[in-house]
Amino acid sequence: MIGALNIEDLSLARGDRLLFEHLAATVSAGEAVALTGANGAGKTSLLRCVAGFIRPLAGRVTFGGADADEARSAGLHFLGHQDGLKGARTARDELAFQVRWTGGDEASLGEVIETLGLEALLGLEVRKLSAGQRRRLALARLIASPRSLWLLDEPMAPLDAARREMFGALMADHVRRGGLILAAVHDPLPIKARTLEIAG
Amino acid sequence: MTGVGVLFRRELSLAWGKGGGPLLALAFYAAVATLLPLAVGAEPERLKAVSTGSAWLALALASLLSLERLFERDYEDGALDLLALGATGLETICFIKCLAQWLANGAPLALAAPIAAIALGADPDLTPAIIVTALLGGLGFAFTGGVGAALSLGSRRGGVLIAVIVLPLFAPPVIFGAGALEAFASGLDGRTGLSFLAAYSLAAVALGPFAMAAACKNALS
Repeated sequence: MIGALNIEDLSLARGDRLLFEHLAATVSAGEAVALTGANGAGKTSLLRCVAGFIRPLAGRVTFGGADADEARSAGLHFLGHQDGLKGARTARDELAFQVRWTGGDEASLGEVIETLGLEALLGLEVRKLSAGQRRRLALARLIASPRSLWLLDEPMAPLDAARREMFGALMADHVRRGGLILAAVHDPLPIKARTLEIAG
Repeated sequence: MTGVGVLFRRELSLAWGKGGGPLLALAFYAAVATLLPLAVGAEPERLKAVSTGSAWLALALASLLSLERLFERDYEDGALDLLALGATGLETICFIKCLAQWLANGAPLALAAPIAAIALGADPDLTPAIIVTALLGGLGFAFTGGVGAALSLGSRRGGVLIAVIVLPLFAPPVIFGAGALEAFASGLDGRTGLSFLAAYSLAAVALGPFAMAAACKNALS
């Protein structure tokens, strides 16, 4: 369980381009933070840095005293622009894999299928799903595998109004139970969230 | 089922599933074996002399075919991000992927190798030796090939780059494997070549995943 996310004096660069310097922020348990900024400001890079994929130029990311490797392998979900789903496999197989890989079990799988309304999609190959349906399938692992920190990159983009509302309710529930959310967005999050702007 | 188990099952299903899988490698292997008599001449004695070596060369080339898919698709569709954030280390993930690659491509090719070699004139008595050397060599191809596939992640024309990186690494198993078969065919003791082949392949199994994991981490950054 991650109690807090601390970003301390962080500077990030991609290649020769400096994205931002001396960024400091804290996301506490039970809090959602909307990461805003212009295209290319470094929102996605910050999320990838927190996830441990990108090494910062300076500064560090800590997880409220938890071991960073352990926090990353068992305490956070990262949902980027790409969903990691395999087009040639059925939604059922991919859902089961993603949920089990991230630590979820059979019981939670059944529950999340109902919550996200995925029953009708399960027999279809992933390649035959729309962007919104794929996103719902990818969101399932967030709910079925209990990890406290959600790193989301434009999570609402492919969802229709009804699904946005539903996902908003799920995010609100996660925060209410002490979870943390750091989401890169262009549109406001549908829940109460503090804004952290990346100046770029 | 553990995380390792579900990943292994998924990798096998992806390797066997749509997009060619072993059938593509087998068809390529058969095509190379069929073209050979057209290139070197159809005289049985000439073909017999090159049968085992040619079968091994075709095996190495056919093993290259599916390497581009080993990591590249996971890298492009975000699956590598997901895998990297699981409880299983990237080294183990790379090991599982290569093992599945070997079972789905290397093993069928090893079973087909005697057919091609015998069709080209090799002694049918060599069948067990051909299968054993091809299985061992295929293991080496999968794990050294995995290193090339991981190193080429994110590059343009990754397939060509993989071939350039990997073909020199394929040279030892081709030399040891074909050499062992040549020795068996001549009535000599081929166990030395077989031992070197096994040592090379096992070293690739032991060390390759660490190199692949480092290359994957670099690509993800």
